[in-house]
Amino acid sequence: MLLIACPYCGERPETEFRYAGEAHIARPHDPSALNDDEWVDFLYQRANPKGLHVERWRHIHGCARFFNAVRDTVSDRIFKTYEAGEPRPDVNAVAADVLAKESER
Amino acid sequence: MTEFLGTELSGTEFSGANLANARTGALDRFAGAASALVVTPGDPATRFIFRGGKAAQAAMGDAFGIALPVQSCRAATGQSRAALWLGPDEWLLTGEDGQAETLFAALESALAGVPHSLVDISHRNISILLSGPKAAAALNTACPLDLALESFPVGMCTRTVFGKAEVLIWRTGDTLFHLETWRSFGPYIWGLLSLAQREYGAL
Repeated sequence: MLLIACPYCGERPETEFRYAGEAHIARPHDPSALNDDEWVDFLYQRANPKGLHVERWRHIHGCARFFNAVRDTVSDRIFKTYEAGEPRPDVNAVAADVLAKESER
Repeated sequence: MTEFLGTELSGTEFSGANLANARTGALDRFAGAASALVVTPGDPATRFIFRGGKAAQAAMGDAFGIALPVQSCRAATGQSRAALWLGPDEWLLTGEDGQAETLFAALESALAGVPHSLVDISHRNISILLSGPKAAAALNTACPLDLALESFPVGMCTRTVFGKAEVLIWRTGDTLFHLETWRSFGPYIWGLLSLAQREYGAL
């Protein structure tokens, strides 16, 4: 079973969590000013990368808070979790940092 | 046959008085069950879910009589009341049964004008009490949380999943646990705990 580090509660089993889609997608301030293509982009177009992905997760069966996570979609490894509202990190730097610290050990 | 058994049992550990001492009575494991794991339904209680920002937290702490815990997953108790941290802006407040209406009105009037949410869930929740040296092991039959004393100390509380049902686990002593769950989940959780008792009830 995966352990996911909730920014509020610490490491918890994955069964307490729910996936909530790609992170850092801001709703347009004035939707009526958008044309149809731009609105479709906001509603439906997602990055879906093979590799590092920034995602929203919810600790639904714990503190019930949303937070963000940097996850590798190939290995399912979560490199970093942080509170919602914090700026999007440089995902490559985050992963490289974690791997470098591991190789030091 | 006797020769074969004779060679097998000739060692001192299996002979004479030692053998008699090593023997367990047919009902010993049932007689010890009471102290290894005891599961009892909790008494009815007054329960509120409170949510609010910093101003509301302070006002609620004054009105309720217990400062709301700010550290994650911790409970504060006093005067037969308890405040349990559920989330960064969410607490479970419990008190003695029968005071829901008066306490609710008192808290609401103390927090008048401060943005907050206070919901009476006295009848939505039930509690189950576990005690005995096998209480943590019994919880771990259906919940993967690390319940060792170092990582889940006395006074820690958290919502989690037990089997398929959401529960609140609150450690009130080294071998004492307080479970809170929705009343419709009660029979399901009680059933799982009964299975655990068949495995862990005997000392």
